[in-house]
Amino acid sequence: MSTASITNHQLPITKKIALYLPLTKPSQSGLLLATGVAGYMSAHTPPSLPLLLVMCASLFLAIGGSTILNMWYDHDIDAKMRRTQKRPNASGELTRAEIFRGGMIASVLGIGWAVAIHPLYGFVVFLGWFFDVVVYTLWLKRRTCWSIVWGGISGAMPILAGRVLAVGEVEIIGLLLAASVLFWIPTHTLTFSIKFFDDYNAARVPTFPSTYGFETTRAIIALSSIIAAASIGTASVMIGVQAGVLRLLIVLSSGLLLLSFATIFRPSERVNFSLFKYASLYMLAAMILLSV
Amino acid sequence: MTSLDRILLLLTGILAAYQVAVGVNGLDEVPIIAYTIGFGVLLVAGLLLIILGFEALDSPIVVVVSTVIPLAIALGLVWEHLASFRTSYLVFAIVGFLAVTLTRSIPVPGKIPTLVLAVVHGIAGLTIFLLPPILAANGTMKPTFALVGLGGALIGLAGLLLSFLKAGKPIVPRETILKILPSLLLLMTVCFVAGFKFG
Repeated sequence: MSTASITNHQLPITKKIALYLPLTKPSQSGLLLATGVAGYMSAHTPPSLPLLLVMCASLFLAIGGSTILNMWYDHDIDAKMRRTQKRPNASGELTRAEIFRGGMIASVLGIGWAVAIHPLYGFVVFLGWFFDVVVYTLWLKRRTCWSIVWGGISGAMPILAGRVLAVGEVEIIGLLLAASVLFWIPTHTLTFSIKFFDDYNAARVPTFPSTYGFETTRAIIALSSIIAAASIGTASVMIGVQAGVLRLLIVLSSGLLLLSFATIFRPSERVNFSLFKYASLYMLAAMILLSV
Repeated sequence: MTSLDRILLLLTGILAAYQVAVGVNGLDEVPIIAYTIGFGVLLVAGLLLIILGFEALDSPIVVVVSTVIPLAIALGLVWEHLASFRTSYLVFAIVGFLAVTLTRSIPVPGKIPTLVLAVVHGIAGLTIFLLPPILAANGTMKPTFALVGLGGALIGLAGLLLSFLKAGKPIVPRETILKILPSLLLLMTVCFVAGFKFG
């Protein structure tokens, strides 16, 4: 028995539960949750606070559960990458069985609760979980760099789920909002895979930079940013947001596009990092603006 | 960059965002576009400063960006209040922007880039500095509109400090400039937003 697992068994239950928090990737899950709230609020129907709260809880459990299961499966990859070596799954602070149990409990609770709230909403939440855990993590992540497309579809489900819960159906605005998140995700993940190129190579995870080179990857980042901004813009017009909100979205989208083009024409570590950070801020700001 | 600097820049960005989203409602099309560009550039520049820190100021694009803000705000002011100069100022704004961009993008001999920058910056800066107090003084606008002129003075000061810093001949030490820059940008934006709202 390893020292880590001996220590693990002696931990009080509250501290053990606290170890699960980094496994949910709080900032990423928080951002996805924000997209779910924005999807709900974008309907601009009189919001029901209790419904919004249970939606947040069910969505967070489902997103957190799928992320924990991703960590359970990828413990070997995380142990090889400097960036992730200290996570509880890689360091051994939690055993693999504990992580699996935690991930499954959160997933079942989250999806079950979502189905109970509204069957179609629950189905969309389940789709997000399925694409993340089964298609992305278990099937494709170690085989092809194109796995991020399926990871992206999974990431696009919370905003669609929120919209479905508000309007009761899958409609064109919901799909456009989902497309905006789907095409924003490469901006985020591909800049990440350029920044941590050596880490991903060491862990033998196929990425766009290692498969197609940096130049092509940067072109894809720029293209996906354009499509993401266009999707958000079109959805905003169809939702009927105020002119001022639309102006602000155009300004923020312009910043995203400029940085994307800068990664192609003036590539540098600094530009890459600023695009990565700006893309997160952009998505958060866009979600807030769609909600008002 | 300290946490306080980041907070000041965030407040600057929020105020600029307010001006874009709410502050220009009800104006004509051209002033709306001009102010949106001016305050929009200020917003994005503020966000990039927060992300990258003061290293962002080392980029050659800073000169162009710091020209767009006064040029766009000045165009908005002229379009709103000096109807007979609308077309000529629009031409000046477009030609001035292109001239600054070109002289900073391709090798140009002598002091032409500096001269172009001084002329474009000078005219735009003086327009923002002088026009609002004059309009406030002759009763066309409320006295509080003069705050826009104060914002113009502050943007001129910030532009001057940055220009000399970029030229390698800082008027005051680099550390001092970086120390006061976030406060200066916030104060400038407060003056603009308050002047436009209450003026």
